[in-house]
Amino acid sequence: MKIKSDIATSENGFIFNPATGDSFSGNAMAAQWLLAMKNGKPEEDIKKDILEKYNVSVEQLERDWDDWIVQLKEANLLEN
Amino acid sequence: MEKLTYEKPYIKKLHAGVMNKFGTRTGIQPVKQIDGVSVKKLIEGYGSPVFVLSEKQIRKNYRSAYRAFSTRYPKVQFAWSYKTNYLNAVCQIFHQEGSWAEVVSGSEYQKALGNGVPGNKIIFNGPGKSKEELKIAVDNNSLIHIDHFEELNQLLTLSKELVNKPRVAIRVNMDTGVYPSWDRFGFNYENNEAWTALEKIVTSGKLQLVGLHCHIGTYMLSTAAYGIAANTLCDLAMRCNTLLNHKIEYLDMGGGFPSTNTLKGAYLPGADTVPTVDDFAEIITSTLLNFGFAQEDLPLLILESGRVLIDDAGYLLGTVIANKRLNNGKRATIMDFGVNILFTSFWYEHQISPAQDFNPHNENMIIYGPLCMNIDVIRESINLPLLNTGDHVVVHKVGAYNMTQWMQFITLRPAVVLIDEQQRTHLIRTNETLHYTEEPEVMPAHLRPSK
Amino acid sequence: MMPENYSTLCIAVTGLNANDNPGPGMAVIRSLKAGFGDRIKIIGLSYESLEPGIYMHEHVKKTYLIPYPTEGTKALLDRLSYIHQQENLDVIIPNFDSELFNFIKIAPQLQQMGISSFLPSHHQLTLRDKLHLKEFGSKYGFYVPADHQLFTADDVKKAADEFNFPMVIKGKFYEAYVVYTMDQALKSFHQLNASWGGPVIAQQYIKGTEINIAGMGNGKGSNISVVAMRKLYITDKGKAWAGVTIKDPEFIKLADNFALVTNWKGGYEMEIMKNEEGNLYILEINPRFPAWIYLTVAAGHNQPAALVKMALGEEATPYGDYEAGKLFIRYSWDHIADIKDFQQISVFGEF
Repeated sequence: MKIKSDIATSENGFIFNPATGDSFSGNAMAAQWLLAMKNGKPEEDIKKDILEKYNVSVEQLERDWDDWIVQLKEANLLEN
Repeated sequence: MEKLTYEKPYIKKLHAGVMNKFGTRTGIQPVKQIDGVSVKKLIEGYGSPVFVLSEKQIRKNYRSAYRAFSTRYPKVQFAWSYKTNYLNAVCQIFHQEGSWAEVVSGSEYQKALGNGVPGNKIIFNGPGKSKEELKIAVDNNSLIHIDHFEELNQLLTLSKELVNKPRVAIRVNMDTGVYPSWDRFGFNYENNEAWTALEKIVTSGKLQLVGLHCHIGTYMLSTAAYGIAANTLCDLAMRCNTLLNHKIEYLDMGGGFPSTNTLKGAYLPGADTVPTVDDFAEIITSTLLNFGFAQEDLPLLILESGRVLIDDAGYLLGTVIANKRLNNGKRATIMDFGVNILFTSFWYEHQISPAQDFNPHNENMIIYGPLCMNIDVIRESINLPLLNTGDHVVVHKVGAYNMTQWMQFITLRPAVVLIDEQQRTHLIRTNETLHYTEEPEVMPAHLRPSK
Repeated sequence: MMPENYSTLCIAVTGLNANDNPGPGMAVIRSLKAGFGDRIKIIGLSYESLEPGIYMHEHVKKTYLIPYPTEGTKALLDRLSYIHQQENLDVIIPNFDSELFNFIKIAPQLQQMGISSFLPSHHQLTLRDKLHLKEFGSKYGFYVPADHQLFTADDVKKAADEFNFPMVIKGKFYEAYVVYTMDQALKSFHQLNASWGGPVIAQQYIKGTEINIAGMGNGKGSNISVVAMRKLYITDKGKAWAGVTIKDPEFIKLADNFALVTNWKGGYEMEIMKNEEGNLYILEINPRFPAWIYLTVAAGHNQPAALVKMALGEEATPYGDYEAGKLFIRYSWDHIADIKDFQQISVFGEF
């Protein structure tokens, strides 16, 4: 799962895809996951980080990760 | 180290749209309690889904509607429309407030008797009264509102064998300029059927013609239509007086006042656009007062309001079963209540509120019920915050028609709880059991499961 | 309020959609600045993030997104209270038909907060709407094309039988199409029904010269200003792209009659078709300023400025005569902004 490399993200959660012109806004968690993925962090490490820092169950995180990937796909932000 | 609060990650595409019908922003607030009783506790105590009715709101609605008419007109009587919600506890609240009963079937009629309503305070409406039912109504001195000539003839025949002289009114339909015109019920005014019926009743000498009735439609947004209807009934009453030398005791304007629900396809929300009961009262009473009746001859004004008196006193509480993404990327949320118990979702865009705090990101979604049926859609498009499995929601303004038109289909019907004026909760209908639904079934011997 | 204080007014304006089907907002702002000077503070109110006025900070100091009319009056009042706290508004001028119902409803509360407006009543709004226009015309002796309300495809057929083709199919709030075949009629019906809800309206097609009148009623039965314009060039959406002021006592008489029978309060636009016999058919009456309102300023009548003065309680004297032959030609201009600006207004609702 790799984020397209040229996606521009900002601290307040804005995402701009210069290839398509699409803009998105995300919550703080989305900004964090996106940044981690952009930096090439593997899925397992991202999940591990979240579980360590945040109050969330493994089951919830797994569900949300799957939905997150669906959202990114839908938004056309993933490398094919 | 204390862990940080987690939030589901979420991105939303920024749409570069132009103004359209729906818009994207919304100011949703959580609804955590009803009349001071916690939603969570209600669900814990009575299960999910569960209907909740507010006695306080019902009485408030009744009193303000009664006041709207009685401060403008000297003789006013409400009759509770049983079909709108005939849970006995609900009917009793209205009867305690002074309402008569308005019924449209033999079983509703028996319900009203069972609720202790005196026979002469039951209005019997509808096109489908059987001979037996008519007989009982005549014996009880009830007000029979005749729908068609078959019924009129039947009453004439019956009157020969009964002690009481039947007390009757006719239902009149007319063109009030609204769509659709309800000309299927009663006798038409424009083609003179109504007058023919009145002449026939009076000249027969066998029936007591006591009133005139109309019910021009449902969820009426035009007050002017009631002015036309009231004027029509006044005209007929006046003609009865002058041409047939017969005085009409009451005019029954029926129901049809809208609640503040938003109809599907409407642009502005119902809460802002629907006329108030005062608006309807103003046009109806001023028409009656200005028509030219002598003060002592003013007919009693009867109203059969249902929806407007109870819709906003009813809530449906439910729980999120699951979320999914559809092929087009749209979010879908599956609730534990379906269209089989929320019949009004076919014509209203019901407001749905989360029952707990939520993070501020909204997403446009579709709300499905739990039935394995394609028609089970509660809202086709609604902006709501992200809901998690197990979260509770409150559906608003469901007091009218749902607890009568609901059906036992795939899932069983849930419990109904009444919150009284002291914020105490009462179970007024238990949730159905499999035993209850199977009780009327009979199994032929050759199909019985072998032991 | 003393006239010298007009120069520091803070006025909120909607309808910043100066696109190919323009809202009147930018023209209203231009008129206000012509009337009161460049020091007045203009606050934009927008529904969408791409209304061009949002990005034109030389005209609009700051814009706030406001909730859609479908969200109801409570949401609107809450949002305006917030904006009022930030900006201290003196006057508000709504410019969309579809938002007027709500603005009229909350006008008393706005006045209590110190925000003035000059709007027609709900009753006046209903009198002239597309569903009641014919009835209104019959009652007061105005020429109005015959119409039918359409609820079903069957109704479209009935209307076509009576009016023949071409006929006009209109949405409840916006959009109108001249249709020449049953297929076109049905397509327009379904589309308008889906976009704006029912009923859709079929109107008899009147052949003639199209004239628009911008009027400003004082709420007491007369007009402060009436200016007529003939469209010289029309876009495929039926919008004027160029027009010229014209004068004819008949136009003034028509508008004065309208103000007299309705006691119209505020700006309005009459769309007129003058047929071969010279009869003036009212096709539509819009309950707000037209997008070409700046042309009234050029012809000598500043209707938006007059509206602000009356909103603040001043008696306005009628403008009287105006100049015929003033021409407007609309042009388009690519304003440059940054994607960050778009994100700012989209997400935070303020820019």
